[in-house]
Amino acid sequence: MRKIWVLMRKEWAEVFRNKLVLFTTAFLPLLFVGMALGSLYFSADLTGDGFSMLDDMPAEFTAMCQGLTGAGCMQYYIVSQFMLLFMLVPMIVPITFASYSIVGEKSTRTLEPLLATPIRTIELLTGKALAAVLPAVLTTYLAFLVYAVGAYLMAVDPAVISKFFDPLWLTAIVVVGPLLGVLGVSLAVMISSRASDPRVAEQVSSLFVLPLIGLFIAQSLGLVFINAQIILWMVVILLVLDSALLFFATQLFQRETILTRWK
Amino acid sequence: MSEVQSETIITRNLTKQFDAVTAVKDLSLTIHRGEIFGLLGPNGAGKTTTIRMLGALIAPTSGEAWVAGFPLGMQDQEIRKNVGILTEAPGMYAQLSAERNLAFFAEMYGVDEIPERVERYLRLLGLWERRFEPVGTFSKGMRQKLAIARALLHEPQILFLDEPTSGLDPQASRLVRQFIADLRGEGRTIVLCTHNLDEADRLCDRIAVLQGSLLALDTPTALRRKFFGRTVVFHLAEMQSQFLQVVEQFDFVQSVEAVDAKLVIALDDPEARNPHIVRALVSSGAEIQFVGELRQRLEDVYLQVVKS
Repeated sequence: MRKIWVLMRKEWAEVFRNKLVLFTTAFLPLLFVGMALGSLYFSADLTGDGFSMLDDMPAEFTAMCQGLTGAGCMQYYIVSQFMLLFMLVPMIVPITFASYSIVGEKSTRTLEPLLATPIRTIELLTGKALAAVLPAVLTTYLAFLVYAVGAYLMAVDPAVISKFFDPLWLTAIVVVGPLLGVLGVSLAVMISSRASDPRVAEQVSSLFVLPLIGLFIAQSLGLVFINAQIILWMVVILLVLDSALLFFATQLFQRETILTRWK
Repeated sequence: MSEVQSETIITRNLTKQFDAVTAVKDLSLTIHRGEIFGLLGPNGAGKTTTIRMLGALIAPTSGEAWVAGFPLGMQDQEIRKNVGILTEAPGMYAQLSAERNLAFFAEMYGVDEIPERVERYLRLLGLWERRFEPVGTFSKGMRQKLAIARALLHEPQILFLDEPTSGLDPQASRLVRQFIADLRGEGRTIVLCTHNLDEADRLCDRIAVLQGSLLALDTPTALRRKFFGRTVVFHLAEMQSQFLQVVEQFDFVQSVEAVDAKLVIALDDPEARNPHIVRALVSSGAEIQFVGELRQRLEDVYLQVVKS
């Protein structure tokens, strides 16, 4: 565990020395907060429309609106859409860093001295993955908190505010988000340890975001509805997937190939 | 096995194959504690591959080895803890300061009292004053020195140095060579991989010449004798044709050549035979100014080994 922590601190010291990296880590969550609060602000005046728009929402969703006014339900819908985005941020933000992690060390010729230390492959990959995913998770939590406080200050329907602390969404943000982050980052680290060019690793890794965008669109269109059951299944499946991916990443990490074949 | 306890590195038929290419073939050697051992060979001869295998960075295809008493392939973590490697490229984190770079590696090696250790090696290599500067601003020589400090931080028993003075200016090269010589005094075993034959000659106790397989292994002096015998030069006040004949009459003289006012004589055991030659030459009227042994350049020996 100690070596993982040492590696993580080194990664952060190296990466966050660059102010642009700090900015890009914070940018997406902040953008989502701005968009979410803006949407809530404008939806507050749509009382009448809010009622009429309820007809277009998925039946499962209107069922969850019990106890809310029409505008409240509309706002809850908006909140839900953005909750999904917040859940996805820990996966989207760190992918580029993670995809650079191994191949980047190789291109700067620091990988060989690092591999010469008594670090195990699992420690190396875990350290790299956690170093990429933790800042994104923390930024997401912080952005979520800002979102909740902002919504409260904007006097959104109090019933909607309480939905922020719905176990469904709390689980989504606090548990599913980080698990998705680990999934994405593990895939990216795996790609990074197999690709011989940082650009290839980044391009391939960026494709992992596509299914998530699809999920967001599907929910917006009412094709998929995220409910407690789906969230619980996601937790279970992601736990299994994350463990399996870390295992496979360790198996696929070929020290010898990386040291001797990559130029 | 007691042999393993008393020696630092033992390899037996160590072989490394990359697809159809055999980089190292049947390498068997023993490196003693406190020895500076030179690995010479042309590009692609398997020097770096050998270092990588012995540093537990890559696995041999066949054969076996013990490094610092630990069997290769079975206790690789222990081997990595006990060896330091200076890789071909310094490979430092350019964004981080020299101090942070070393502190990171010290932590990875589990060094106690990290600040003291980092300070010691930064001072030893003359980088203390620039410890807070990002390594990206360092010259190649400074980076190389920092990489040497990194290889030494955990005070390993065995040090693998791959081209330690490559690309350094003469002053920095001299400093690094002096540093390596000082390390010998600390009882560390050093495996030096270099193309600089003069450097190998000055520093190494023994030299192995590789070209896939082991071509030669001995002390520089023994290698010289093996490939060139021993050559003595008699400096005369004046050269006369009969002097050559005087020397040629001895059956222990392998060859003799007159060069200006010098007689260059190849022979075995000059300590025993020189007095006979001196007497004969003086009797024939030669005025001997001084006698010395011709030291063949290691480069000539190396080329001879590789050619043969």
